[in-house]
Amino acid sequence: MKRRLSRPFLTLPVLFGLIVLALLVFCVIFADLLYPGNPWRMVARPNLPPLSPGFPAGTDMLGRDLAAGLVHGSRATLVVAFSVVAFAVGLGSAIGLAAGYLGAAIDEGLMRFTEFFQTIPGFLLTIMIVAIFSPTRWTVILAIALMAWPPIVRVVRAEVLSLRRLDWVRAARVSGLSHIRIALLHVLPNVLPQIVVQSSLLLASAIMIESGISFLGLGSRDAVSWGFLLGSGRTAFSVNWWLSTLPGLAIFLTVLAFNLVGDGLERWLDPKRSRRAGP
Amino acid sequence: MTQTQTQTQPRPSPLVSIENIDIALPAGSDRKFAVSGATISIDRGEVLCIVGESGSGKSVLASAIAGLLPGDGLQVTKGRLLFDGQDVLSLNEPQLRRLRGARIGFIFQEPMTALNPLLTVGRQLAEALEAHGHPASPARIGELFSAMQLPEPETIGRRYPHELSGGQRQRVAIAMAMACGPDLLIADEPTTALDVTTQAEILKLILALRVSHKLAVLFITHDFGVVREIADRVAVMQNGEIIEVGNARSVLDTPQQPYTRRLLAAVPTLDALRRPSLTDRVALLELDGIEKTHAARRGFFAAKGRSVIALDGVDLELREGETLALVGESGSGKSTLGQVITGLIERDAGHFRLFGDDIARAGDLFTSQRRPAVQMVFQDPQSSLNPRHDVRRILTEPVLRAGLSKAEAHARMAMLLARVGLDASVADRKPHAFSGGQRQRIGLARALMHQPRLLVADEPVSALDVSVQAQVLDLLAELQRDLGLAMLFITHDLRVAAKVADRIAVMQQGRIVEAAATDDLLHRPQSAYARALLAAIPGRAHEADFPHLKRLQRDTA
Repeated sequence: MKRRLSRPFLTLPVLFGLIVLALLVFCVIFADLLYPGNPWRMVARPNLPPLSPGFPAGTDMLGRDLAAGLVHGSRATLVVAFSVVAFAVGLGSAIGLAAGYLGAAIDEGLMRFTEFFQTIPGFLLTIMIVAIFSPTRWTVILAIALMAWPPIVRVVRAEVLSLRRLDWVRAARVSGLSHIRIALLHVLPNVLPQIVVQSSLLLASAIMIESGISFLGLGSRDAVSWGFLLGSGRTAFSVNWWLSTLPGLAIFLTVLAFNLVGDGLERWLDPKRSRRAGP
Repeated sequence: MTQTQTQTQPRPSPLVSIENIDIALPAGSDRKFAVSGATISIDRGEVLCIVGESGSGKSVLASAIAGLLPGDGLQVTKGRLLFDGQDVLSLNEPQLRRLRGARIGFIFQEPMTALNPLLTVGRQLAEALEAHGHPASPARIGELFSAMQLPEPETIGRRYPHELSGGQRQRVAIAMAMACGPDLLIADEPTTALDVTTQAEILKLILALRVSHKLAVLFITHDFGVVREIADRVAVMQNGEIIEVGNARSVLDTPQQPYTRRLLAAVPTLDALRRPSLTDRVALLELDGIEKTHAARRGFFAAKGRSVIALDGVDLELREGETLALVGESGSGKSTLGQVITGLIERDAGHFRLFGDDIARAGDLFTSQRRPAVQMVFQDPQSSLNPRHDVRRILTEPVLRAGLSKAEAHARMAMLLARVGLDASVADRKPHAFSGGQRQRIGLARALMHQPRLLVADEPVSALDVSVQAQVLDLLAELQRDLGLAMLFITHDLRVAAKVADRIAVMQQGRIVEAAATDDLLHRPQSAYARALLAAIPGRAHEADFPHLKRLQRDTA
């Protein structure tokens, strides 16, 4: 007997995640209104503690407003994260679909290729690429994306392999539809829930890696990012604890929010979850 | 496990007594109770069969006796459930564990998933013994295996489940259920996943165990043939209620309830319903010496695996307007043959002529002339429709791609939906909104959208309940006649074949061992294998020709 439990999407953790993400989007959109001008500017006395009048997050040793840095940093951080996901999901889905659908020989080749990238220590490769090339925003994105796509391939391929054996795929073949049409318009939409869930988790890990690179001082210097703020505050941690703590907290909350929403999506999009039964 | 119970009833109490029990389904289900107001008892040493269609609550009721209800979803809300005078519902988990295994043995439907694939079967049996404090000596294990009539009982314990056949796995599962000498054996559709000849052997084994161990058996099934074979008493369930209980003979021969009568009437009989085919018709499909070997997938570094011969020289002819049933047990190659004919897999050797043209390779079937002419109906209604597409798209997309205009495609869809007995309004719904039988009708309509001349139906009714099965079979036969289709009907069930086919071809190990007009094959089988298949059909014991099983039961009663 099939159980039909209704599972609401908006559970408490998901709600929390969504609120954090909404705040984040607000910061990204209205950064220039909230803190007009360059966040690198020195605007006040150095080393103001948090909750000082006018400077809710305090200032650093050069008198730069940390709140402005955090708000503008959300932009850099999220641009990197979303670009990485777009690249990784595009490439990963295409390779995964091809590997899963096109049969054993192609599968074998593509999976060896994927494994090649999986066996390289990802973070080191990213650091190397960023170190060798100039650390612009796009090299950072490319470097992170290069190590981010293999898990997507794995997920998509596994799902396609199991879908391909189902009768409805055979039925589509027998009814005369082309392979390309079946793969793109019939099989791929059935994998979308898994891709969406993977993306939300990937977003979180992209933010982490970007912060890691910036923390090491290898990141792009065109814009403030949370990782850079975290790294630059590190040396003065014993005096100005907030300089590292607040960006770290921002990273923590964002990653947590994406993970929570991802988990929620996974439960919600699960094909076994209840659907409105038609009359 | 000795427990002194004060017997309140004057006559010997039944082993299991269930009184007016309600088992609630989780909120939001299609009905409130999985089982409602069920009252039934099982006496020591009797075989009680619970019959019902899927969703009737028969498995839930059996699980409740063993305290196996999943705690989060299903709960007993009312009633009493006594096992040997002990209130099962008031027991806690450790007490239930002592009850299960030791006093109640349970066999499940799917022998593959009931065993742990990572442990040898001997280890798993030893575990079942040790869990209840019995010594698990190799001698004891060998003894149990030999009681289950397994081959090489001394050494078979060292094998893993995947090394055994389905029937052997089910015997191991029964050995585990019987290990601690239970009083009650609960068998939940234990033979449904097995071939008919294996099923007959397992039924014989259960009946023999029942005599030698003074066992009560609760046997859950949807197959009235099986009921006829083994039951002392029968309970019929519908929508969670027990609607009829009684002596096997009286329920089967003089059913009181209209539902029972309807179920019994839906059971296909072994009478040829159709006249032998006309031999002057044109041959649509001619197969000559078709061979196919499934090569084991070869890894990049791995050694070449074993290959399996699926088709070993198949000759077959299908004439216009004829229904040919391809009957065989699992692994006989019948589905492979169906896929070769529809072009889903490539054959290795042999001549394949369709509509008089040679088909050199499978790709030749995918031309704009031939593809619409050969269509297929699939087995599993759960997986044969794309869950993300609505019925309209499922039906019309292929013909639209083939160049039919939108208006024509929709007109044809409306016509076919009406033809298969569905309302036109279903077009905008997705597959999950339909029952198994309705999905199978949609699958049939999809196959007919192309107006095919040859329809390959691969076990189209084997996943359906018996009453739905009868409806779909009638529909298939009717459409086949009206549209003049040639149909290759693949099935494992000779009773189903008898109902639809003009001719029957019996397949075994990749070869066709006998092909004859339906009536001839059923009543004058020539090959030993066809005779064995016929003899193994359950529920024919009351017919004069096959007295052996009934005799066994009478001896045991």
